[in-house]
Amino acid sequence: MAEKKHSIKRGVSLYSYQEEFFLQKMSLEDCIAAVAKTGATGLEILGEQSIFGFPKLTDAFVDKWFGWMDKYGVTPVCHDFMLDYTMVKGKYYSDNEALQSIIRDLKFAKRLGFKIMRAIVNITPELMEKAAPYAEEYDIKIGIEVHSPWHINSAWMARHWEVMEKTGSKYLGFVPDMGAFTKRLARVQTDRMIREGADPKIVEFVCEQHEKGVMAEYIIAQVSQMSKRPVDIAVAELSRHNTYYNPVALLQHIPRIFHVHAKFYEMLDDGTEFSIPYEKIIRILIEGGYDGYLSSEYEGNRHIQDAFEVDSVEQVRRQQEMFKRLLGEQANVEKIKAVEA
Amino acid sequence: MIQMFEKYMIVENDAANIVENGKITGFKFGARLPYYRGIALSLVEDIVVKVDGEEVPKENIKFSAHGNTYTLKEMETAVDDRWNMGEVAHIIVERKDGLLKGEHKIYLLLNMRIAYLPFPSIRKSEKKVAIA
Repeated sequence: MAEKKHSIKRGVSLYSYQEEFFLQKMSLEDCIAAVAKTGATGLEILGEQSIFGFPKLTDAFVDKWFGWMDKYGVTPVCHDFMLDYTMVKGKYYSDNEALQSIIRDLKFAKRLGFKIMRAIVNITPELMEKAAPYAEEYDIKIGIEVHSPWHINSAWMARHWEVMEKTGSKYLGFVPDMGAFTKRLARVQTDRMIREGADPKIVEFVCEQHEKGVMAEYIIAQVSQMSKRPVDIAVAELSRHNTYYNPVALLQHIPRIFHVHAKFYEMLDDGTEFSIPYEKIIRILIEGGYDGYLSSEYEGNRHIQDAFEVDSVEQVRRQQEMFKRLLGEQANVEKIKAVEA
Repeated sequence: MIQMFEKYMIVENDAANIVENGKITGFKFGARLPYYRGIALSLVEDIVVKVDGEEVPKENIKFSAHGNTYTLKEMETAVDDRWNMGEVAHIIVERKDGLLKGEHKIYLLLNMRIAYLPFPSIRKSEKKVAIA
């Protein structure tokens, strides 16, 4: 693995610990400490998740924040921002209001030392164009999240790419979420749906079809013939919301990829992820010369929390161990150990 | 269909009658926003509460968090205050004599206006709560 030299770095999004953070079993500092413990050096947050009272920041908090960065040896990498176009009931943001919302996030990210911001997928290419000069002013790159069911060659993303080309701005790019490469539907999610009453035979059928690469619309149409129950149709629709697109498509966009969301649902005991072929993905990222962060984004909690204890820390640890292996870091560790011995 | 945090919407062991000037004027229960981030209060499109199967009129519902209390109407324009991630807020129900001592079935529906999702974010939960 990873014979070619690369500069890919490992990070963790605190999104990964949402279960424990939500239940206040882990504080913000606990989450940062957990990231450091995996050996990852990059930190990603959603301000609206991690910071009580967002977007307000006190000087005391900012001091504490940078104190944590020093103490745990991690670096702020990416702040994920949202854009609530419908902030007031019955109204929709004008472009100027939306732009002000982005500037608010730029200020927030700047103060906490982030160099990249993830734009939520519904942000329009036109707005990104307007935001580009502010991104340059604050020296923060803004990447549109390429999130399933979109993929990097979707029409919507092509329009974003056009704006990147047109402006020539080095501050506009992509943040692909690896959920667009869901080769197998997440077992934790289909199991949950069986618990909610989905027909196991339909689940099996949908999973098989999805893995074969049958187009989601065909799967949905077929399942509609097999069952009229909404829960069964919802199983078929998983195939539409969790696409498998060939990760080779990332290659031509590597210079525009600022950051990678290493989405995952279930790390198995053997150190692999159930749904997403990271072995293949990481080979492609190395091949293309990607030099940003692979940022763990655990999203299995919501599918198991009804019936099982969630252990986000262990799940992230396992994914980071897999990354070490696929990035060729373990070989180095072995060498160091050999020298020390 | 996205399911998320429904289990934690109604907080366990956090329901009580509200006593003002020696009189019971209603009851309250702890609630968390079933979402992976906090949101501006104005993004809460709707709150539905049922007590033992009976729906509470909207004008009798109030929302309270970190010392601030709002009617549902006031929440609509509260763009600068937030229901933070995992924060335990209280849903206040004005109701003569509150609830009788013992167990009651509380149903809570929260509808959030989330612009990037192409469907409404409606999450609901029902739990038994005890009034001491």
